[in-house]
Amino acid sequence: MAANIISARNLVKAFGSGDFAVRALDTVSIDIRPGEFFTLLGPSGCGKTTLLRLFAGFEMPSAGTILLDGEDVTVLPPNRRPINTVFQSYALFPHLSVAENVGFALKMQGKPRAEIAETVGRMLALVRLEAMAGRKITQLSGGQQQRVALARALAPHPKVLLLDEPLSALDLKLRKEMQIELKRLQHETGITFIFVTHDQEEALTMSDRIAVMSAGKVQQVGTPKEIYTHPVNRFVAAFIGETNFLDAVGEAGGARLTTGDLIAVEGVLHGPVTVAIRPEQLRLVAPETAGALAATVRDLVYFGTDTHCHMALSDGTALTARLQSPASGDIGLSVGDRVGVLPMPGAAQMLRT
Amino acid sequence: MSAAEAALRARTTRNAWLLVTPALVVLSAAAIAPLALVLVYSFLTPGDYGNVVWSFSLNGWQKVVVERDIFDETLHLAEAHLTIFWRSVSLSLVTTVLSFFAGFPTAWFIATRPANQRAIWLFLITLPFWTNLLIRTFAINQIIRNEGLLNTLLLNLGVISTPLQMTYTEGALLVGMVYVYLPLMVLPLYAALERFDLRLLEAAYDLYATRWQVLTRVVLPIARPGIVAGSILVFVPCLGAYVTPRLLGGGKLMMLGNFIELQFGQGRNWPLGAALSIVLLVIVMAALLVYVRAINGEKRHG
Repeated sequence: MAANIISARNLVKAFGSGDFAVRALDTVSIDIRPGEFFTLLGPSGCGKTTLLRLFAGFEMPSAGTILLDGEDVTVLPPNRRPINTVFQSYALFPHLSVAENVGFALKMQGKPRAEIAETVGRMLALVRLEAMAGRKITQLSGGQQQRVALARALAPHPKVLLLDEPLSALDLKLRKEMQIELKRLQHETGITFIFVTHDQEEALTMSDRIAVMSAGKVQQVGTPKEIYTHPVNRFVAAFIGETNFLDAVGEAGGARLTTGDLIAVEGVLHGPVTVAIRPEQLRLVAPETAGALAATVRDLVYFGTDTHCHMALSDGTALTARLQSPASGDIGLSVGDRVGVLPMPGAAQMLRT
Repeated sequence: MSAAEAALRARTTRNAWLLVTPALVVLSAAAIAPLALVLVYSFLTPGDYGNVVWSFSLNGWQKVVVERDIFDETLHLAEAHLTIFWRSVSLSLVTTVLSFFAGFPTAWFIATRPANQRAIWLFLITLPFWTNLLIRTFAINQIIRNEGLLNTLLLNLGVISTPLQMTYTEGALLVGMVYVYLPLMVLPLYAALERFDLRLLEAAYDLYATRWQVLTRVVLPIARPGIVAGSILVFVPCLGAYVTPRLLGGGKLMMLGNFIELQFGQGRNWPLGAALSIVLLVIVMAALLVYVRAINGEKRHG
């Protein structure tokens, strides 16, 4: 087995032609390892679905190559790639029963009847729908249809399973259940999952690795922790979680904010920079505390588990801290209070503006 | 139930009956009553100059399938009648099949156009309906007759040396009927395919189906209600077709419609004509039964 199950090299996908061509994908290279849960994350229109469709074979790239397990599959049609897709709309066959849907791929491959029945039974057990085998698709709930779509795509045991925002149509509670279910399925089958989503929380909780995409390019590839704690640019920092961005000038020993304060920052850049600090990495201390930034409370928003404290620094720059709510729910601050803000050690990141 | 609720319900019921009355009157006056009359006529004795004599007779029904020899009075199968039955049913079936093969790609083409272009294509399909059927059939005759457009063209091009006999053949009949009834196949097929979720094509293709399998295992089964509806809409009027076989088949290639007309005209055997009409009705009913079965089967199996 090759070191990478999928290896995409310099993929370009342009729609339209001439001056009107739009580059949905702009020179994307990506390596996906066998057995990993890999997520393509980005806002709508970032190219993540286009990339998935290139992997599936529904679209052909304008340039570049795709290697599947070391073999060039760039121009193979979808029915000749051992890659299956779970569609956003499920795309289940309405004229077939649950069992016939799950067995469809095996039947197309000309597998013997007994083997199909055995695999279908195993797949339905895997997604816990044994009792529904004879049902019509229209008799199932959204969550059950989702499971059928998964079983159908997993039945031929593909090398890679592509999932195109499969949870977006489900309500919140069901979505949480299916997130756990997907992880379990991936674990039990050992198949590489490539998951497309625009939901950063979903990406963080489920993935082994994430590729953050924007404007047809891959911005950063890394584990959820790497991406959250060390975003490479302002786009990634803003897209994953909430972040305070402060304009500053990099100099020896830290970053000089527009307020004149010097704060300790990871990384050493000189010249105009952006300092990124997560709201939960800020502590509020008494005003005048050494090293703390002077700020005034502008607004307090109660979220239950925590309270967001919106503040203004001495020159008016906005800054938000996320504070854990105490048992009483009252954090003992009120609008207009003067406070000191202290970033936790290592929390401030310096990014090129 | 309160008095107000009872009054409302009574008024709603009365209004519903008032609304349906015109349809009931038209249906009973124009469909049920004549049909009952046809049924009664089929059991009467033919009059000497057409019409009927009011005395009970099974002769009309007997003559549908058997003939009495005029010399020795023995009964034998009316082969000419059976030929006409067989021609009607087989030509209608072939017309249905040809219409399907011509209509399916057309319907698929229209259904896959951008939504704002579909109306114009559908309009073009229904355009022939705007002209009288008789005139359209004469026009076909003009094209395919011995001195017609097609033969003249082929003769001048030197492809043939003597005109091809195209009119008064079963081929001519088929061309005419497919031409006339094609829109009736295309429209229900379009209605079925327009609702077809094109993403299912990708799903099937993704699950290792070949293009042929995508068509036979996914597209055709899902479009089945449209296929059945279109087939019935073509088959039923074909069975009773009158104008097309009359003009393109000459007097030679008679179909049921012409045969029935003959009994009420020159044949002066109204009971036989009435019995034949009932037979035609039964064949149509049987076809409709197949349709209902197919649709219900669709509901049962998904």
